[in-house]
Amino acid sequence: MADIARSSAARPSRRHARNIGNLALQVALVAIVLGLIAAAAHNAAVNMAKANIAHGFGFWNNTAGFDISQALVGYSASASTFGRAFWVGLLNTLLVSAVAIVLSTALGFIIGIARLSHNWLVSRLAGGYVELIRNIPLLLQILFWYNAVLKSLPELKGSVTLPFGGFLNNRGLFLPKPVFAPDFSAVVIALAIGVACALALRIWARRRQERTGEQVYLLGPTLALIVGLPFIVFLVAGKPLTFGIPDMGRFNIRGGLEILPEFAALLIALSVYTAAFIAEVVRAGVLAVPAGQTEAAQALGLRSTTTLRLVVVPQAMRMIVPPLTSQYLNLTKNSSLAVAIGYPDLVQVFAGSVLNITGQAVEVIAITMAVYLSISLVTSLLMSLYGRMVAVVER
Amino acid sequence: MVQGSTDAADEKARPEVAVEIAGLNKWFGEFHVLRDINLNVARGERIVICGPSGSGKSTLLRCINHLEDWQTGRIVVDGIELNDDPRQIVAVRRDVGMVFQHFNLFPHLTVLENCTLAPIWVRQMPKRDAEAVAMKYLERVRIPEQAEKYPARLSGGQQQRVAIARALCMNPNIMLFDEPTSALDPEMVKEVLDTMVGLASDGITMLVVSHEMGFARQVADRVMFMADGQILEINEPKAFFAHPQHERTRLFLQQILH
Ligand SMILES: Nc1ncnc2c1ncn2[C@@H]1O[C@H](COP(=O)(O)OP(=O)(O)OP(=O)(O)O)[C@@H](O)[C@H]1O
Ligand SMILES: [Mg+2]
Repeated sequence: MADIARSSAARPSRRHARNIGNLALQVALVAIVLGLIAAAAHNAAVNMAKANIAHGFGFWNNTAGFDISQALVGYSASASTFGRAFWVGLLNTLLVSAVAIVLSTALGFIIGIARLSHNWLVSRLAGGYVELIRNIPLLLQILFWYNAVLKSLPELKGSVTLPFGGFLNNRGLFLPKPVFAPDFSAVVIALAIGVACALALRIWARRRQERTGEQVYLLGPTLALIVGLPFIVFLVAGKPLTFGIPDMGRFNIRGGLEILPEFAALLIALSVYTAAFIAEVVRAGVLAVPAGQTEAAQALGLRSTTTLRLVVVPQAMRMIVPPLTSQYLNLTKNSSLAVAIGYPDLVQVFAGSVLNITGQAVEVIAITMAVYLSISLVTSLLMSLYGRMVAVVER
Repeated sequence: MVQGSTDAADEKARPEVAVEIAGLNKWFGEFHVLRDINLNVARGERIVICGPSGSGKSTLLRCINHLEDWQTGRIVVDGIELNDDPRQIVAVRRDVGMVFQHFNLFPHLTVLENCTLAPIWVRQMPKRDAEAVAMKYLERVRIPEQAEKYPARLSGGQQQRVAIARALCMNPNIMLFDEPTSALDPEMVKEVLDTMVGLASDGITMLVVSHEMGFARQVADRVMFMADGQILEINEPKAFFAHPQHERTRLFLQQILH
């Protein structure tokens, strides 16, 4: 009895001491890191002074003077600044990463589930995909898609003609470009209203089920609201959308929507590569849910779709979300391999061209690092919010 | 009056045989796990099944709610013939509760949500009614105060009692128990067995795989001994324990009673 009393009295003070020790250690570490950074900055400043390079961010508003092959915002070599070039590069990084995240997630989930299939052929094909793709370096895959596939497409003259007036050749993919009339905003508003109504309908249906027990199937009404309503508004507003058809000239193709082979190669490679890892994450997540869970749900009379939705998926998602997040972060960082094929992403434009022209290595590299760090932190934050939404924490 | 007559009609519609198993054979690949099983379980009857490990006890139980498929023979549960028709299978499962050795509670749902999941999604009960039913059964198993907790916070004995309550919430006519106490620490075995004894006195049909021979003596109408996928012996508990017919039964009882 006395023993217990003594040990429980001693425990808090011992923990207290350990906390102070930890704190001191962390402060010391931070001090060392800050000291190293300060020394490096000082060293760089001295070197730059010797080489007659101004430091600071004055270069930001100077004229860039170099071309960028893909710009989502207006950009011209003669009129735009280095700052503008930064934004162009950043947007290109975000574009290829965001689209690749969507594609790799879709592909990864399909392949991960396929690998669990009872069908021998399906699961073997999925397994083969994963083993093949994840064992070849990503850089090699990017070069493969760019040089072996896209660059070996026919020349301009022999362009493959696609339906609806598109073209495909070794300069890229040329598609009809949507041109929105001002009235198109009505369709966007209708879509927003449709989505809001569909969400409200879901909430109403859940309340109603809680009250009466009756289950309502929402697929039809949801589709009607999200697809049907905007479509009707589109017709009523007099189809406020036209397409600019690409026009094949003798030396180039004008008009239309142009997708560069550099973008396509990077997008395909990132999506295909990351999908292999996501497939493994999904497979592991589903396998981590014990068979006893499905059996217990089935023994209670739940149908297999209900069992999946209410028992298996929530538990699997809890396993899947954290490693999925790190795959998304990897994908975003891997997009900087764009340099290899000249896709104008942040690294190629800013840490490449801008740095070479201005010579301001410290500032440029620091900004670039800060940007990747911010993208990663925001991605992690969003994913942990999502993780909290899909999976109640078990205590 | 009207109410009374429909009840009577229900009673009549329900067959006197709760579970009928005839000529059941099952193989896992080459392995003949159930050999020509014939068994009729009367309504309200309580059968305790024992036998050495690997004799097919769990497999037999799992056939009754079609968690396992089989090759030949037929099983009729509460007048519903089990075949590959998913509607028949769901109909049987709504009527048959099952309690597993390792509880198999849903870790991402609270105790209360574990209990209301099937009433809401299978019986289409309003949430409030489902919760009322759940609380009734949680009180039955004497843990209503744990309703809002997650299963991982509970002791093994409490978890198994939740699992029993979860099955009871579907208001089953038949309960299957697969070694409900063998994963429990000794001091928790009694609380679960007491709960089951309470159930037995309600007249629910029970098939219990268990090596708790005290429980068998107390509640079983018949005790069944399985070995090598066969029913070697089935008898009233008194006769079963006093005069086992088979040498293997005798040896088995000697082993587990000492
Ligand atoms: N899914 C399966 N695939 C192949 N063999 C199986 C499978 N499930 C069980 N078996 C085998 O079938 C036999 C009977 O298993 P079962 O679980 O029914 O035995 P049991 O009598 O319940 O044993 P225990 O007392 O150990 O629980 C065992 O030899 C087991 O290895
Ligand atoms: Mg067993």
